Amino acid sequence: MKRTIDRGVVALCLFSTVLIVAMLAIILGDIAIKGWGRLSWEFLTAASSNGMTEGGIFPAIYGTVVLVLLMSVAAVPFGVLVAIYLSEYALKDSYLYRATRIAVSNLAGVPSIVFGLFGLGFFIQTVGGAMDRALYGGNTVFGQPSILWASMTMAVLTLPVVIVTVEETLRSVPQDYRAASFALGGTRLQTIFRVVLPQSWSGVMTGTILAVSRGAGEVAPILFTGVAYFLPFRGALPPPSAPNEQFMQLGYHVYVLATQSPDVEATMPLLYSTVFVLLALTFLLNISAILIRKRMRAWATT
Amino acid sequence: MSFTSEPDPSSNDDPSSHEAHDESGSENRPGVSRFSGTKAKSNLRLRRRLDKLAENAIFGVSLAAISIIFLIFVYVAREAWPLIAGAVEETSVGAMFMSPFEWQPVSITSRYSVIPLLVGTLKVTLIAMLVGTPVALAAALYTAEFAPPRLKEWIKPTVELLAGIPSVVVGFFALIVLASWIQDVLGLQFRLNAFTAGVALSLAVIPIIYTVTEDALSAVPRTYKEASLALGASKVQTAVRVVLPAASPGIGAALTLGLGRAIGETMIVLMVSGNAAVLSLDPFSGARTMSATIAAELGEVIFGGEHYRVLFFLGVLLFIITTGLNWVGDRINTGLRKKLFGNA
Repeated sequence: MKRTIDRGVVALCLFSTVLIVAMLAIILGDIAIKGWGRLSWEFLTAASSNGMTEGGIFPAIYGTVVLVLLMSVAAVPFGVLVAIYLSEYALKDSYLYRATRIAVSNLAGVPSIVFGLFGLGFFIQTVGGAMDRALYGGNTVFGQPSILWASMTMAVLTLPVVIVTVEETLRSVPQDYRAASFALGGTRLQTIFRVVLPQSWSGVMTGTILAVSRGAGEVAPILFTGVAYFLPFRGALPPPSAPNEQFMQLGYHVYVLATQSPDVEATMPLLYSTVFVLLALTFLLNISAILIRKRMRAWATT
Repeated sequence: MSFTSEPDPSSNDDPSSHEAHDESGSENRPGVSRFSGTKAKSNLRLRRRLDKLAENAIFGVSLAAISIIFLIFVYVAREAWPLIAGAVEETSVGAMFMSPFEWQPVSITSRYSVIPLLVGTLKVTLIAMLVGTPVALAAALYTAEFAPPRLKEWIKPTVELLAGIPSVVVGFFALIVLASWIQDVLGLQFRLNAFTAGVALSLAVIPIIYTVTEDALSAVPRTYKEASLALGASKVQTAVRVVLPAASPGIGAALTLGLGRAIGETMIVLMVSGNAAVLSLDPFSGARTMSATIAAELGEVIFGGEHYRVLFFLGVLLFIITTGLNWVGDRINTGLRKKLFGNA
């Protein structure tokens, strides 16, 4: 009797695990099968035509890439410095350490749509508005949704990812390394930048990749801070060509095509391929982060 | 910090502060100054100054990181402030919670009751938690307690991949595929409804609950398990009656974090819930959540108008709810560490 119950519990737990993995497989499989067929070089490099039912998604890919690049430039150095502070400088019982900890974990829990509101209220209205008044005599240049403010908003959103990942790696660098550097006369700054940080590049890499994969997939924060559904080419490359221009983005493209298309049947193949590209992008990033982290852990324990 | 604590008499820094460290000691060492004299000394001073500068810079950046979290609240609340202060003619915070419970922002007489949106949010969230929690907990228990070690190494990253799917993709899948399945299986009237949105949302919640729970289960000391097994309990009895209760604060934290995510998630519910802002408790009718309302309507409002203020007020509510849940989850988790390891 006891054994039957035991087996039942294990079977139930196994079933739940299989259910999750199966759901993942179904989502991936469905999108891969239906999205693969229409993929072509042209699809990735051409602009859309004929009311989004033909052509490619190059402007959306381009916008996404520019977005995550600008975002990384802002989030990664900032995040690494905060991580250095938390792991190398802060006293664990200090007020600031605890406040930073709480701030970072809270930042991770704030809904992404609230980041969008923040981007609109802070970056566009306040910072952009002030820049316009100071530099452009009140003309609207930066006080409007643009790639710059969208990527800054996204940088704030992904900051905790970078901080947490980098701090974890910094902490995994053995204390002996620091002691050896200090013993040789290295200053704290030298120790951090020549000994500790070079040992933690994998963590910085992982953090960056995770942040990029998050930033590439999020849609809610950019809804009001700079994304546009359709923008024409002006010259060789699609927008944005200046920091105050709007941009197209893969996730938003999927959202609009899936919910607001007048002819869902006609756009469906193209839509599936767009989802496939978005998913492939975020998954490749995620998997490489997992692999780097795995190697890093193996390295840390040997 | 252990090797930096030795106070140095030659240092100008306050010897009691933690940042005064060993470096400056080399100044007094005979071997160093013999070769390069004053040059080395000034070089050293420069280096020390640089060190101090860098420390201040890093400190400043961290301070900025904390201020961002406050800035988020301040700037979202600032846009909603006229409404909270009662300076908006058309509606007030009080009126938003009173009857008539109607959300009609674009009609001749606009009505901004948050009650339908709150009920919609709760409805979808509750379904997501009811569907997601048992699955995530059972899977975490399997991974931590029953799975063969080699399989375990694969399960966790695989489930965590689910967290890596962008929510707009989950929303897309639910909208195109899942909604039709559920409608066919249950014979529903509406294709897009709160139940379907809840099931889709559970896909976003499961990885969070799973990961935090699995971590909590794995953190239970081996001795607990060994004691139970030594007393003759089976593996399953140990898992269910010893490990699970020992990890219960961690599981509590997992559930609050999952709940916070479910309440704040935007794109999935925006695409799948049907977006009907009608007060209804029927899980198979449409629903509209607070987050989806912001996403759907903010693009079309007049800057600074009452509708604009109301939507920012929804953002303030969302911020307070999720931050509160996060805080509770954190508290519970710290409690667990204290219980298991003496101090956190």
